Amino acid sequence: MNHYETVFILNPVLSEEQIKETVQKFKKLLKDSKSKVVVEENWGLKKMAYSIQKKRTGFYYLMEFTSEDREIINKLELAYKRDERLMRWITVKLDKHALAYAERRRKRLNTNEKQEA
Amino acid sequence: MADNIRYLSPVDVKNRNTKKYCRFKKAGIKYIDYKDPDFLMRFVNQQGKILPRRITGTSLKFQRKVSQAIKRCRHLALMPYVGDMLK
Repeated sequence: MNHYETVFILNPVLSEEQIKETVQKFKKLLKDSKSKVVVEENWGLKKMAYSIQKKRTGFYYLMEFTSEDREIINKLELAYKRDERLMRWITVKLDKHALAYAERRRKRLNTNEKQEA
Repeated sequence: MADNIRYLSPVDVKNRNTKKYCRFKKAGIKYIDYKDPDFLMRFVNQQGKILPRRITGTSLKFQRKVSQAIKRCRHLALMPYVGDMLK
């Protein structure tokens, strides 16, 4: 039962539903191979520190998931490589400290949203 | 006469290198997140290079975590590889 966290950057030229569609594609891939998406965060259009593929901004998307399947990361990375709408991605295994941090971070984000709402 | 006073012994400089400490151990931080660049900016100099331990005083264990987090942050373009006047 490993916990992973993946962040990927989508091409900014994509339209709204293209983005949803690509994100759905990856979520479906995760669900098919016995892994559960715990948290998703859409950071939206963000300005990047340096240009990637001649673009200065990108859609950032974060997914935290747990999985028993040992091959999940290979499948996921293969899908990322194949999909040219994706500019860059990173997948990270979370140890117990990282997990505790992720929990705290989520609480902090929720409280902020509540204050704004 | 009073203006060119020359001291025999060098004046005791104010910051006689106060003992450096690892801020992570002191604050009890266990995990350094690669997703918030503002925090990681403190460990990077003006050109965007990672500060050495002798300057920041962090312990080896956390220096490795900081450098790995900074490299991941750079990979995700949240932090520049080479910046100017980052501060």
